[in-house]
Amino acid sequence: MSVDKDTVRRIARLARIALDEARVEPMAAELSGIMGWVEQLNEVDVTNVAPMTSVVAQSLKMRDDVVSEGGNAEALMANAPEGEDRFFVVPKVVE
Amino acid sequence: MSAGAPKLLKGDTGEWEIVIGMEVHAQVLSNAKLFSGASTAFGAEPNSQVSFVDAAMPGMLPVINRKCVEQAVRTGLGLKAKINLTSIFDRKNYFYPDLPAGYQISQYKNPIVGEGEVTIDLADGESVRVGIERLHLEQDAGKSLHDQHPDHSYVDLNRAGVALMEIVTKPHMRSSEEAAAFLKKLRAIVRYLGTCDGNMDEGSMRADVNVSVCRPGGYQRFRESGDFKHLGTRCEIKNVNSVRFIAQAVEYEARRQIEIVEAGGTIRQETRLFDARAGETRSMRSKEEAHDYRYFPDPDLLPLVLERAWVDEIAATLPELPDEKKARFMALGLSAYDAAVLVAERETADYFEEMLKDGAEAKAAANWLNNEYFGRLNKAGLSLAEGPISPKANSAIVQMIAADVISGKIAKDLCDIVWNEGGDPRAIVESRGLKQVTDTSAIEKAVDAVIAAHPEKVEEVKAKPKLAGWFVGQVMKQTGGKANPQAVNAILKTRLGLPDEG
Amino acid sequence: MSSPTDFTLAGARDALRAKEVSAVELTEAFIGAVEAARPLNAFVTETPDRARAMAKESDARIAKGEARPLEGLPLAIKDLFCTKGVRTTAGSNILSNFVPPYESTVSQNLWDAGAVMLGKTNMDEFAMGSSNETSAFGPVFNPWRSRTSNAKLVPGGSSGGSAAAVAAQACLAATGTDTGGSIRQPAAVAGIVGLKPTYGRCSRYGIVAFASSLDQAGPMTRNVRDAALLLRAMASVDPKDSTSVDVPVPDYEADLERGVKGLRIGIPKEYRIDGAPPEIDALWAEGVAWMKAQGAEIIDVSLPHTKYALPTYYIVAPAEASSNLARYDGVRFGHRAKGAHDIADLYEKSRAEGFGREVQRRILIGTYVLSSGYYDAYYIRAQKLRSLIADDFTQAYKKCDVLLTPATPGPAFAVGAKTADPVSMYLNDVFTVTVNLAGLPAISVPAGATADGLPLGLQVIGKAFDEATVLRAARAIEVAANFTARPQPWWRAA
Ligand SMILES: [Mg+2]
Ligand SMILES: [Zn+2]
Repeated sequence: MSVDKDTVRRIARLARIALDEARVEPMAAELSGIMGWVEQLNEVDVTNVAPMTSVVAQSLKMRDDVVSEGGNAEALMANAPEGEDRFFVVPKVVE
Repeated sequence: MSAGAPKLLKGDTGEWEIVIGMEVHAQVLSNAKLFSGASTAFGAEPNSQVSFVDAAMPGMLPVINRKCVEQAVRTGLGLKAKINLTSIFDRKNYFYPDLPAGYQISQYKNPIVGEGEVTIDLADGESVRVGIERLHLEQDAGKSLHDQHPDHSYVDLNRAGVALMEIVTKPHMRSSEEAAAFLKKLRAIVRYLGTCDGNMDEGSMRADVNVSVCRPGGYQRFRESGDFKHLGTRCEIKNVNSVRFIAQAVEYEARRQIEIVEAGGTIRQETRLFDARAGETRSMRSKEEAHDYRYFPDPDLLPLVLERAWVDEIAATLPELPDEKKARFMALGLSAYDAAVLVAERETADYFEEMLKDGAEAKAAANWLNNEYFGRLNKAGLSLAEGPISPKANSAIVQMIAADVISGKIAKDLCDIVWNEGGDPRAIVESRGLKQVTDTSAIEKAVDAVIAAHPEKVEEVKAKPKLAGWFVGQVMKQTGGKANPQAVNAILKTRLGLPDEG
Repeated sequence: MSSPTDFTLAGARDALRAKEVSAVELTEAFIGAVEAARPLNAFVTETPDRARAMAKESDARIAKGEARPLEGLPLAIKDLFCTKGVRTTAGSNILSNFVPPYESTVSQNLWDAGAVMLGKTNMDEFAMGSSNETSAFGPVFNPWRSRTSNAKLVPGGSSGGSAAAVAAQACLAATGTDTGGSIRQPAAVAGIVGLKPTYGRCSRYGIVAFASSLDQAGPMTRNVRDAALLLRAMASVDPKDSTSVDVPVPDYEADLERGVKGLRIGIPKEYRIDGAPPEIDALWAEGVAWMKAQGAEIIDVSLPHTKYALPTYYIVAPAEASSNLARYDGVRFGHRAKGAHDIADLYEKSRAEGFGREVQRRILIGTYVLSSGYYDAYYIRAQKLRSLIADDFTQAYKKCDVLLTPATPGPAFAVGAKTADPVSMYLNDVFTVTVNLAGLPAISVPAGATADGLPLGLQVIGKAFDEATVLRAARAIEVAANFTARPQPWWRAA
């Protein structure tokens, strides 16, 4: 599967990674190489094969409905690049 | 029960039908969040109820809250829906400042609850069934505040990770009234179940409303074939957060769509916002970026597998729901309307039943509540729980009316006293001498006194029997309202020599 | 013993208990070794003060006769494990200033067992790499050099810093994580033991996630006994990790010397690959001969879908990673780009500046294979392949108890040799990745060397939660191979 430049731009946008125009072409080539190599999976007949849903054979464990965390805004905010009045701050979002 | 006669809207080129579906986000009642141990309490200081899991700090992992699962199952059972014993949590990937992980954990292909239904009661006494498509569990997002600073938005993650039930209906509603009635009914059901507090002001319940219009008959063809091509293009109106707004939003949106189509335009499938102040919907201006959520099963979680026995246990503890209660109340002699009013809120029904337990007769108790007590509460702006009169006291009043101990008029006065001063109504009637006078000789005395004092009126009433009411009033005045009105009437008739039919 | 740094983990434990050395002495010796090993660039962060404080406490406990299983033993921690109050970078610029307010369960287990932290080891960025060249903190160099060249070699990856630190005796042992081979491949090319436990054996809580369904923490040690000792301390069922499994953790050391007599050892024919150096096949044949000589039964088995494991992995792992790494957005922690004019710009710039090339490449692959229209063709197909690969093992284990394979397709290679072609780099994991896809335990144990003296490893793969048998078989190889060579400490002169 060859990955074209528009596809690279589209997925870079979806992944929120700025990609200089100069990197689009080489990235398309790299991804095409990798996806081409991955194509060999099409050799295998997978009809009637169930996709793997969990690596371990156990049911989902559950927690009790008890408040045991939170109440520590200081630790929560300690790594924040920008914070104000206990809020995380981002450039204004226009809806 | 019918599928509901379509309410037709008149356009310039003919008539139109509205078709409505809804997605309701109901916040699960639980102490802790869906996948973390942080509190769900409303109104806390910003970022004070956020675990490292909720903030998606590196290496943090979700562990599901059993209570939230139980609440979803309970709600599913209350919606008479299929409970899926295996369900899967998926990640819905998108970037937004109030979505810390860059994905929302939700259920996409395999929800915990499948198809069910809700019966709604309309004002004309008609009932309509609204199909439920599914219910799934998912995380709420945080809150972005955009109006605190000229160039910044502030992010508060207190809500992030709170459990939501997304309840999706089939497009089975046909008018703004039905849409409003559905939301009211759904709210009543989850409140009965104790799975959501239904508090729309605090955002515990938010509805996204899908509206489309089609020519008469289109909906019927859709119902017969299941083919959506018979319906018009729909628009989704986001976050309509009151029952009243839903009706407004639907009306506005349907009109808007009809105008567009009639002018030769086409409806663009889009998401719109309801502007409550302007009473209109408008397009969300967000860049028309194709959403590609890249759903896939969350590898931090395993499939959620429920045991049938656990589901059965939950089913066994389900309370009586509004529909069943309404049927039971009607069997006690209540009208459909009275029963519907009483079951609309669990607290109301409970109050009513307390009164019955205390000896009041059902119909009389329902009349007293609906015609007297609720009006007083309304006027005072109080909820039933805040109201000053206990079910026991109201029951006593109703029973005293029924036993002719007090008249209806005295009952109202008595209600005033209990409302303002409290106390046991029976004791008050006793101590203040409010008992209805049924003693014939006492009434005769009063009648005679009135006749004696107003000979001119006696002549008048003999000519015009309709004026007898004036005498009744005078006698009641004399007895301080306590005379039994039937007895007064009867004695007056004899004394004044009036014909029986009066 | 010439220096306390010559101790093995078990040896140091015994010496501490016998009061032949104190925890403080041992720790000081290792702090010195860490400093001396700086030319290897094995550590991102050194924590000597914390190490000294912990050692002091350990000596106090030993004096009171209250020694815990790893009391006073200096370890290095891969910088993927969050350590409370100690910077944790995942080898990335995007986390270059991140100080976790919490501790990973695995590292907490180690501190609860009395271990001493020397520092955080370098690694491929977000564990994406097989040579430790993708680290934002520069490459790590393998303590080993070819007899015929002074070229700097890679230590493998992604746990390259841990492998180098153990091989250079800059710690008694280290933690690693293994998503496609990131413990076993560096262990093999650095001449040490590396064990990837069964998925679910060690908690993932507090480990910066790469690919959630594949990541697993494990020990990197000088010998098999140390791996047994360290695994026991690392493993636990954890209520904070939904995928950690409640299976009792046995005393792996107890069973270690039982030998392989009567053990059925499967030899999967698909692990013989074209283009692998003849030394690899020769070593493998030697391993088979050792096992046979010690009384094991050798059984030919087939794992028919082996050749699809790597491409399957390169769909599943990037897909999960693309989502796991979405949280690095410059809002709550980590690098934030300056001068962003709106929120989308902030995301795009922060992530472009914060993530290195390989991480960006994998995020894009993952985004692509999950995107609408491609999900079924790639992701679902890969998960189906994964079922087939796991089933291959299930079938094989009807006939045998463990599998014996080479650990890597070759020895350590020169820095820069494989960076140009991603696929050639990915092929380093060809023997290790199947095990991650199936969630099984596997160990790499030093078994020999190339003609010019570079270490090579053999891999033993076991049944789920049967690490005990894996360790026992590895111990038998270790005894037979008697690989005692040590790298020349060229870095001390550097
Ligand atoms: Mg929705
Ligand atoms: Zn939703």
